[in-house]
Amino acid sequence: MKERSTIMDADQLRLTLRRLAHQLIENHYPFTDTCFIGIQPRGIPVSDFIVRYIRELYPQLNIRYGKLDITFYRDDIRKQLHVPSITDLPFSIEKQKVVLIDDVLYTGRTIRAAMDALLDNGRPERVELCILVDRRYSRELPIQPDYCGKAIDSSITQKVKVYLDGEAKVILYDPEMP
Amino acid sequence: MQLSTQHLLGIRDLSPQDIQIILETATQFKEVLQRPIKKVPSLRDVTIVNLFYENSTRTRISFELAEKRLSADTINFAASGSSVSKGETLLDTVNNILSMKVDMVVMRHSATGAPHFLAKHIPAVIVNAGDGINEHPTQGLLDAFSIREKLGKLEGVRVAIIGDIMHSRVAMSNIYLLKKMGAEVMVAGPPTLIPKHMQEAFDVRVEYNVRKALEWCDVANVLRIQLERQNQVLFSSLREYNIAYGISRRLLESLDKEVVIMHPGPINRGVELDSDVADSGQSIILDQVENGVAVRMAVLYLLSPAGRE
Repeated sequence: MKERSTIMDADQLRLTLRRLAHQLIENHYPFTDTCFIGIQPRGIPVSDFIVRYIRELYPQLNIRYGKLDITFYRDDIRKQLHVPSITDLPFSIEKQKVVLIDDVLYTGRTIRAAMDALLDNGRPERVELCILVDRRYSRELPIQPDYCGKAIDSSITQKVKVYLDGEAKVILYDPEMP
Repeated sequence: MQLSTQHLLGIRDLSPQDIQIILETATQFKEVLQRPIKKVPSLRDVTIVNLFYENSTRTRISFELAEKRLSADTINFAASGSSVSKGETLLDTVNNILSMKVDMVVMRHSATGAPHFLAKHIPAVIVNAGDGINEHPTQGLLDAFSIREKLGKLEGVRVAIIGDIMHSRVAMSNIYLLKKMGAEVMVAGPPTLIPKHMQEAFDVRVEYNVRKALEWCDVANVLRIQLERQNQVLFSSLREYNIAYGISRRLLESLDKEVVIMHPGPINRGVELDSDVADSGQSIILDQVENGVAVRMAVLYLLSPAGRE
């Protein structure tokens, strides 16, 4: 396998993000009880893109969008401390349909932490998960995405990185290889 | 990410970057404290003992709340009513508590250097909650956090620390911290309560006239006259202190600007601070108390025994 391969180039990435946005529109239009929440820090560029796209299509609708930091809910705090980011939920999630948005789904532990963090802010009616890249067959918890940009096979030493600023792309690489 | 220190013994040992990390983390914890469920599970496998060898209301409650909001298990120990009165040494007491599997020790002690002594001899994380006349680091941090919240920055802010500088650990922690973060610091009060050579030792301004201090500063951190630490007469009476150095509404109104008033508590009303000043809109005394919980959460979270297992 190549050490560094591009999973999506700029065009593919844009098409995939638009498709995810359209799937969300199909299921949630006109977003009266739906809110979008990006997971800090790396889910934010993805959720920013999707929410901006939906807002441009429907400028008359009130699309609620928040950001959730999960640092204090992580189960690996004994291994490594993380710098917390900002949690910004300027609305109540009580009885709402919440769509969590993140860049990569891997072990599922981040999403577990995000659900705990989310439920401390209220009781949503339903929580869905929207993911740009699903690293399938590597789950450590029973968590699956409802919206998935692309499913890939990867090994444990590899990492996936999403770039949306500058030259947009998604790459798969192995940090231990030169 | 990690602080450069394993314990919080004093601000003196922290780098500006450490202080920055603590203040940033505290900002996020302050947001947690506004939520319907004001609790996060970060320290649910950590046990913390609060050892208070000296009286305290705010600090003890604030630490205990911070620990509970982080889901840590807590034990409270007050020296009065314990085996300390039977003659048990500090080290014996702490070692006995640690053998019951405690991970962190928050300690207040009237002896300067007591937490430093513990840090050398026991394998737990030590957080200094005030030692004698040395330092009270979490108070320094929460004061800085409150100033930053009110004025948006620390750099270049003029802070006058007014009152009993000699006996004040709050003053020491504030001076270290504010100087490290680029604020300008002045100490003011009666000459008998300001140690010699402050200016040379800490690069702070010294002023014996409270009006001049207030004219200079953006923030006045007014300290309590510590009657319990004075075994000699350093000023003639509380009434005279109030007249010469107390801060009254009339004095503040005669300035042509609004000074932010802070006080670490407990206030001697009518001595260092008049009631109508303490309760006025320009006082952020109760914000300091509120911020104390968030700042202590940040300190405990960042010092929790991470990465050592």
